Amino acid sequence: MSSVPTNHALILAAALFVLGALGVMTRRNLVFVLMSVEIMLNAAAVAFVAAAAKWRQPDGQVIVIFILVVAAAEVAVGLSLLLRIYHNWKSVDVDEVSLMRG
Amino acid sequence: MSILLWLVTILPFLGALLLALLSGTLPKKAAGALGCASVGASWVLAMVVAGSFLQHGPSGVLNTTLYPWMNVGGLRVTMGLHLDALSVVMMVVISFVAFLIHLYASQSMYDEDDYNRFFCYMNLFVGSMLTLVLADNLLLLYLGWEGVGLCSYLLIGFWYRDRKNGCAAQKAFIVTRIGDAAMAVGLFLIFTQLGTLDIQSVLAAAPKVWPVAGAAVTTVALLLLGGAIGKSAQVPLQTWLPDAMAGPTPVSALIHAATMVTAGVYLIARMHVIFTMAPAAQLVVAIIGAVTLFYSGFSALVQRDIKRVLAYSTISQIGYMFLALGVGAWSGAIFHFMTHAFFKALLFLSAGVVIDALHREHDLFKMGGLRRRLPVAFWTFLVGAASLSALPLVTAGFYSKDAILWASWSSRLGGGWFWLVGTLGALLTAAYSFRALFLAFCGTQKTEIAKLAGGLMNLALVVLAFFSVVAGFVGMPEVLGRFDPFGHFMSSVFPRVPLAADRSSQGAEGKLLLISAVLSLLGIYLAYLYFKERRWSEAVAQSAPGRAVHRFFFAGWGFDQLYDWLFVRPFKAVAFGNRSDFIDKFFAGLGEAARYANIGLSATQTGRLRNYAAGIVLGAIVVGAIALLR
Repeated sequence: MSSVPTNHALILAAALFVLGALGVMTRRNLVFVLMSVEIMLNAAAVAFVAAAAKWRQPDGQVIVIFILVVAAAEVAVGLSLLLRIYHNWKSVDVDEVSLMRG
Repeated sequence: MSILLWLVTILPFLGALLLALLSGTLPKKAAGALGCASVGASWVLAMVVAGSFLQHGPSGVLNTTLYPWMNVGGLRVTMGLHLDALSVVMMVVISFVAFLIHLYASQSMYDEDDYNRFFCYMNLFVGSMLTLVLADNLLLLYLGWEGVGLCSYLLIGFWYRDRKNGCAAQKAFIVTRIGDAAMAVGLFLIFTQLGTLDIQSVLAAAPKVWPVAGAAVTTVALLLLGGAIGKSAQVPLQTWLPDAMAGPTPVSALIHAATMVTAGVYLIARMHVIFTMAPAAQLVVAIIGAVTLFYSGFSALVQRDIKRVLAYSTISQIGYMFLALGVGAWSGAIFHFMTHAFFKALLFLSAGVVIDALHREHDLFKMGGLRRRLPVAFWTFLVGAASLSALPLVTAGFYSKDAILWASWSSRLGGGWFWLVGTLGALLTAAYSFRALFLAFCGTQKTEIAKLAGGLMNLALVVLAFFSVVAGFVGMPEVLGRFDPFGHFMSSVFPRVPLAADRSSQGAEGKLLLISAVLSLLGIYLAYLYFKERRWSEAVAQSAPGRAVHRFFFAGWGFDQLYDWLFVRPFKAVAFGNRSDFIDKFFAGLGEAARYANIGLSATQTGRLRNYAAGIVLGAIVVGAIALLR
C-alpha cells in the first residue's frame, strides 16, 4: 500500500489552516466565519492524522476524534450565538456587532 | 507630690477633651462649670504643690518623668516636669489668673452660641501654658509653646463669621511663626552641639562646651530671642498683638495680656545661663525691651479703641520685662510678670464689662460718664490703671517697675540711657492709662447701658484688684526696708543683679525712686489736663503737625505699612507671577501623557471580531517566527 508522503499531508493541512484563518479574518457573515473556524479545526485534524501515520502511533487518530467532539460542541454554541445575534440585530454581519469598541 | 504636679497640667487638657467630645450634648451651664472646675482644680493642686515646695525650700526642686517620649539615635526626650522657684511662680500665677478669667467668662460669654467651644479652647490653652512653664526639656516646652500659639489663633478667630477676625488670627499665627522658626533652629543647634535638650543639662553643659561670648552661644541666644520676640510681641514682631484684640475680651485678658505673651520672658529667664554667656545677645534683649516700651507707649497714647490701648500697654510692659532680662535682673522680670498678670488681666476684664455694657462699643470717645453706672468696673479699672501707672507706695506695679528701673540704672549691663527710656516710659504709661480711664468713666454719658456685669464677673474683678495692690509688697526696694521675700525666693534659680560699683549706692536708689514716683504722678496729671482742657487738647490734635504725629502713632509707627511694602506685596507679586505654578506643570504633564496614551490604546479596541482575529493571527506569526528564527 503506497502511502502519501507526510510532507504532502502537512502542506495540505497548512493550506487548509491558512484558508480558514483568512476566512475568519475577511468574512463578514457570521455563518461563514463559523465554517472557516471548522476548516481550521479540520486542518489541525489532518496534521494529526499525518503525524499518526508517520510515527505509527494511534494517539493522533484519537485526537482527531476529540477534535470532532470539540467542533460539534463549538458549532452548537456558535449557532445558538448566531441565532441570538440575528434576533437582536436582524443581521448576521459581525462588523455590526461592535458594542465593545473602546 | 509628683502625681499632683502632673494633674496640674493634665486636668485642663482633660477638661478640653471632655468639652470637645460632649460639645453637642452638654448644656451651657454644665459646660461652663466643667470649664471652670478643671482649671480651678488645677489651681488648687498648684497651690498644694507650691505649699509643699515652700516647706522644703530650695531642696524642694522636683523632677518627675511620666514616660520616655522618644528615644531615637542620640535624642532622648522624656515627658518630664521640672519644678523650681521660677516654675512655681509661673504655675501659680497662670492657674490662678486663668481660673478667675474662666469664672468671669462663664458669665460674660453666656450669650454666645459657641459657649462650649470657647471653654474647650480656653482649657486647652491653660493646659498648654502650664506644660510650657513646667516642662523639663526644650522639646516639651516647644510643644506647649506651639499649643498656646494654636489656642491663640483659634481664640482670636473665635467670631470667625467676621472676615476681619479671621485675618487677625492668621496674622497672629504667621507673625509668631517667624519667631518660632528661629527658636526651632536654636533648639536644633543646642541639640547638635550639646547633645541634649533637657533644660538643666543644657544649662549645666553650656559653660563647659561653649566659650563665653563665643559665636556659637551668641547665635543660640539670638535664635531663642527670636522666638521670644515673636511670642511676646516685641519690636520688630509686635504688629500682631494690637490686631489680636479681635478676640473676646476674656481671651485678650488671659492670652494676650497675662500669660501667653509673657512666655518669651519665661523662655529667656529659663535659659538665663546662655544669655549671661552671650553679653552681645543680652544687650540686644535690653535694647529691644527699651525700644519696645518707648514705641508702644507712644502708640498707646493716641488709640481710640480701649482694647488697643491696653494691647499697646501690654507690649510696653513686656518691654520692661525684656529690659530687666537684658540688664540681668532676672527675678525683677518675673516679679513684673506677676504683678502685670494681675493688673493687666484686671484692666482687660473691667474694660470687657464696659464694652459689654455699651453693645460691644470699643471706641473710647463714645464712652464716658460710666463712673456711677458701673461702679465696680470703675473702681477696679482705677486700681488697675493706678497699678499700671506705678502709683507710688500703694500699688503692685510701683514696686515691680521700680525694681526694673533701679536694676537698669545700677546693673553693670545697664546704664543711664536704659534708665532714662524706662523712666520716660513710666511717664507715658501713667498718661495713657489715665487718659483711657478719664475718657471711659468720667464726663458725660454718651451711650445707653445695655447689660450689667454679673456676680462672678465682679468677684473676679475684685479679687484681681486686691492682688493688683498687694502683690507688690513681697518685693520692696532696699531703701524702703529690706523686705524682699520674692527676690530671696528667686535667688535659688537666678544669680543676683550684677551691680556696677559706682552707680549702686542707696542714696541714688532713693533719688531715682523719687523721680519715677514724681513722673508717674506727672503722667496722671497730664492725662487729667488733657481730659479737663478738651478744647485745648483737641486744638493741638487738629493742627497739621498734631494730626501727622497722631496718625503716625495711631498706626503703630507705620510698621504695618512697612511690612506690607517689604514682605506682603513682594510675596503677592511673586505669587501672582507664578500663578500658573511651573512645578505643578510637570505633574500636570504626567497626567496629560497618561491621558493621551489611554486615547491611543483605546483606539485598538475596535469591538470588531475580525480585527481581533487578525491580531491573534499576527501574534501567532510573530511568536512562531521568534521560535523558528532564534
